[in-house]
Amino acid sequence: MREITLSQAVNEAIAEELRRDPAVFLIGEDVAEAGTPFKVLSGLVEEFGTERIVDTPISEPGFMGLAVGAAMTGCRPVVDLMFGDFLFLIMDQLCNQAAKTHYMSGGKLNVPLVVRTNLGATRRSAAQHSQSLHALVAHIPGLKVALPSSAYEAKGLLKTAIRDENPVVIFEDKLMYNDKAPVPEEDYLIPFGKAAVLREGRDVTLVATSSMVQVCLKAADLLAADGLSAEVIDPRTIVPLDEETILASVKKTGRAVVVDEGHQNYGVTAEIASRIADKAFYHLDAPVQRIGAMDVPVPFSPALEDLTVPTPDSVANRARGLCRGEI
Amino acid sequence: MAAKAARKPKTNTEAYLRMYRQMARIRTFEDNANQLYLSAKMPGLTHMYSGQEAVAVGICEALKDSDYITSTHRGHGHCVAKGADFKEMFCELLGKEEGYCRGKGGSMHIADQSHGNLGANAIVGGSTGIATGAAFSAKYLKTGSVAVCFFGDGATAQGLLYEAMNMAALWKLPVIYACENNGYSEYTRTEEIAAGSLTARAEAFGIEAFKVDGQDVLAVNELARALVARCRKGEGPFFVELETYRHHGHHVGDINRTYYRSREEEEDWKRNRDPIVNFGKWLTAQKIVTAAELAAIDSEVKADAEAAVNYALEARYPDADQVTRHVYMEAT
Repeated sequence: MREITLSQAVNEAIAEELRRDPAVFLIGEDVAEAGTPFKVLSGLVEEFGTERIVDTPISEPGFMGLAVGAAMTGCRPVVDLMFGDFLFLIMDQLCNQAAKTHYMSGGKLNVPLVVRTNLGATRRSAAQHSQSLHALVAHIPGLKVALPSSAYEAKGLLKTAIRDENPVVIFEDKLMYNDKAPVPEEDYLIPFGKAAVLREGRDVTLVATSSMVQVCLKAADLLAADGLSAEVIDPRTIVPLDEETILASVKKTGRAVVVDEGHQNYGVTAEIASRIADKAFYHLDAPVQRIGAMDVPVPFSPALEDLTVPTPDSVANRARGLCRGEI
Repeated sequence: MAAKAARKPKTNTEAYLRMYRQMARIRTFEDNANQLYLSAKMPGLTHMYSGQEAVAVGICEALKDSDYITSTHRGHGHCVAKGADFKEMFCELLGKEEGYCRGKGGSMHIADQSHGNLGANAIVGGSTGIATGAAFSAKYLKTGSVAVCFFGDGATAQGLLYEAMNMAALWKLPVIYACENNGYSEYTRTEEIAAGSLTARAEAFGIEAFKVDGQDVLAVNELARALVARCRKGEGPFFVELETYRHHGHHVGDINRTYYRSREEEEDWKRNRDPIVNFGKWLTAQKIVTAAELAAIDSEVKADAEAAVNYALEARYPDADQVTRHVYMEAT
């Protein structure tokens, strides 16, 4: 299979959906000729024109609100939110409006839109361009949250998101835009709420989201060198969450480490760990472990920033300790 | 730019009577809603539209069902004016299954998509982006629809309005920003929260802005018809400031309000500037209808409302299994 970058995969997904459905349009800051700062959207405006690749003023709440209204009246907007950190700017329109409209209207209105944004630290971009804020939106009923961990997932999940009848927030790992992976050329969708078992193992389950999937796959290699067999599960979407696959794995291994790049406090790791503890308690040989980003604003200095995120070593060390009964 | 209504009666008696009836329906709806609340039959909180009827009716009578409106926490008037039925509205206010939103929205979120009402909004200014988006989709999908964004003077303090107006002006969207200036931003006089001129703010974006007497349904309607027609020709967006007055407090529980608004002022507006009374007087003075005919409309409307209230009081609450329905829309 041909290999393309995550950036190309996103570009392809949007282009295919724009070709398929005239109601789909893309809107955001510097999405047209500039193709975004990450150049993810380069070339789209040449094919689809400025009517469908819509450059906006720097008005995140404004274009988010506009997208909500357009989605309520027959369009399927894909909103480009340049950095995940800007979620704080659009919270009212996303969480009070988009997320609640279907419910508040008793099912008579719906908001089929996608917010495409990103997460991930270690790009030396400091505290307002480095956050992983997916837990924030996962907390709000009415929103779905997708976390692709490869070019393959980025394309398949984004296409599913665009065809969903609900508001979906999809986070790309901005450090992975140039990472290549095999991606089919034909049309494919990845269903929401179906986790992927990326590596099978016996001794410990590593549940890893987005940027942490590669970290956990490397950690599994390190563990293998010590004779420990780790299973790596990528939930792909955290709303809806495929509890079944996670629980089945933990019941088999008896141990779980949940790894996510969001802050650890009140975060995704807490949610998944508590579900494991609730529903697989009698199958556990050790307490469920969780590793998130440190609970500090992301610092600028490389010397400090690198300390804040989970690494293959930190994950392997924790899993090793767990398997050896040291935790 | 000040808009003046043509003062000559035209042959469209039917349109006049419809406007009168729609205003009477709003007032009657609110009188009943107020009673339901005061007699503890209505849960939650609600905001009365009484006094502002000419705004909603004057504008919505210029619209078709395929045109969109977004509404506010003070939204019953917009909902009635856009064509909603009393029965589903009262059911919604009482949280009943047959309400427009199956009882899940209530007074502050009442929506009626069958008539193009995209919903009331409990975030002040929260729908300014949504209305602009409805206008965006009208242009994008070439439907010819127009969107009207109702909001109060209080919402002019929200940044979202200016982000939305900027984009609407840049992209020439068919949207009318209808600012109902009722003189009070919740419990605060508007001049204490609004610097400069509201219309000038729109004009700064190159949006043509108008100021109109929001108590004069004919003036409002004439301006609205002209602006809707121009929107359909691609000449939008527009901004209209409608001077009006709310007869009640900010919400129904806002009883002791002399600290921000005098009784004399309220009496003056009620006695001299009631949009329904004044329109009725004009209709009879012009011999378009008799006082008896208006009284007949009033009692018909009252009987309709009474029947709808009684129906809603007896109607079923949603079953418990409905609590988890409609969080997400299932794939069709």
